[in-house]
Amino acid sequence: MERNEAHILELLTAVKDPEIPVLNVVDMGVIRKVDLNDDHIVVTITPTYSGCPAMDVISMNVKATLKRAFGEDAEVVSQLSPAWTTDWITDEAREKLREYGIAPPEGKSHDKSQLFAEPKVIACPKCGSENTTLVSEFGSTSCKAHYKCSDCLEPFDYFKCI
Amino acid sequence: MEAKLEYTLRIADNALILGQRLGEWCGHGPALEEDIALTNISLDLIGQARSLLTYAGELEGNGRDEDKMAFFRDAHDFRNVLLVEQKNGHFGDTIARQFLFDHFSWLFYDALLKSNDDTLRAIAEKSIKEVTYHRRHSSEWIIRLGDGTEESHSKIQESINELWAFTGEMYTPDKLDQQALADGYGVDLVQLSEYWKQNVAGVLRQATLNVPEDGWMQKGGKKGIHSEHLGYMLAEMQHIPRTYPDAQW
Ligand SMILES: [Zn+2]
Repeated sequence: MERNEAHILELLTAVKDPEIPVLNVVDMGVIRKVDLNDDHIVVTITPTYSGCPAMDVISMNVKATLKRAFGEDAEVVSQLSPAWTTDWITDEAREKLREYGIAPPEGKSHDKSQLFAEPKVIACPKCGSENTTLVSEFGSTSCKAHYKCSDCLEPFDYFKCI
Repeated sequence: MEAKLEYTLRIADNALILGQRLGEWCGHGPALEEDIALTNISLDLIGQARSLLTYAGELEGNGRDEDKMAFFRDAHDFRNVLLVEQKNGHFGDTIARQFLFDHFSWLFYDALLKSNDDTLRAIAEKSIKEVTYHRRHSSEWIIRLGDGTEESHSKIQESINELWAFTGEMYTPDKLDQQALADGYGVDLVQLSEYWKQNVAGVLRQATLNVPEDGWMQKGGKKGIHSEHLGYMLAEMQHIPRTYPDAQW
C-alpha cells in the first residue's frame, strides 16, 4: 500500500467521531497535518473542545488504523493553535449531520466579544421547520446545543458554532 | 518556585478547582438542562486545566504530568483565587460565583492572546471560545434571576453581595503579576479590572441589581493561603489516586 499523504488521509476517513459516528475526523477538520518521516508517520490532531473525551479515542483509532495499514507505530500529536472552528467542517459533513438528526452549524463562528448573541434561526433537521426554539446552549456533548421544534414537536441537537 | 511556573499554576488551578466544584452539581441541578450545562462547563474547565497543568509540569522539569500535578499537590501548593473554591451554596450562589469569574476569565484569556509565550497563547486561543459560552450562560441567569420574582431578585443580590469580597483578588496585581507582565507573558490586570468592573456592572444593572461597594477584599489563594473549603474538596478529589497511586485508567 502506498505510504503518501493523500492515501493516509483517505485511510483516516475510516476513523469516526465516537460521539457522532456519521462524521469522520478528516471531514471534521480534526486532522491538521500528516508528516511522513523515514521511520514513522506523525499525525497532528486538534481537539474540538479542551475537555472533549472523544480525543483520546480518536488518537487511539488513528494509531490502530495506520498500524493495520502499514504495520508501523504512528505518532499522534495534539496541537491547540490555530484553535478548531466549526468553519472547518466540510459541506458534505454538514449534510451528513442533518441526515443523522443533528442541525449543522449555521453561518460562521461568531464574534466572541459580543456578550449576548443575536438569536439564530435553526431549521429542524427532521421536518425542516424554522419554527424552533433554543432550550439550552449546553446539550448532550460539549459541541451541541439543545433545541426543540414547535411544529413536529421533536427535540433535536444543534452543532453550535465555535 | 519559578515565576512562569507559578503564574501558569494560578491559571491552571482556577480552572481545575472551579471545574471540580461545578462537577459537584452532577445529578443535583435544579433542572435537567442546568445539570447538563453546569457539568458541560465543568468539563471545559477541566480540559483547560489539563493543558495548563501539563505545561506547568514541563516548566517544573521534574517529570510530573497533569495527573501528578492535580492529585499529588497539597492545598498550600494550589494557586487558585479564593473565589473559585467557595462552596456551591444554592443555584444562585453558584451562578453568581460563575458570573464574576467568567467575566474575569474571558478578559484574562483575551489579554493572554498577546502573550509572548506560545503555549499560553495557544491555550488562551482555545479556551476563550469556550468561556464565551460560559459567560453568556451565567450572565443570562443573572438577568433572569435579578429581573425575576421578588424572591429570586433578593436571593441573587445576596449571593453577589457575599461573593463581592472575593473579586478583588482576581484583578489586583501582586509582584508576580507585575513581573509576568513586564516579562511579556502575563496580563495587564490594571487594565483588565477596568473592563471587568464595567462589564459586570452593565449586566447587574440590566438585571435590576445593585453593584456592591468595593470594601475590604479577601485574598491569599494566589499565594497558597486558602480557606478551609479547599482542603475538604481536595480530600475528595485526590482520595482515589493517593490511595492507589499506581492505578491505571
Ligand atoms: Zn420539526
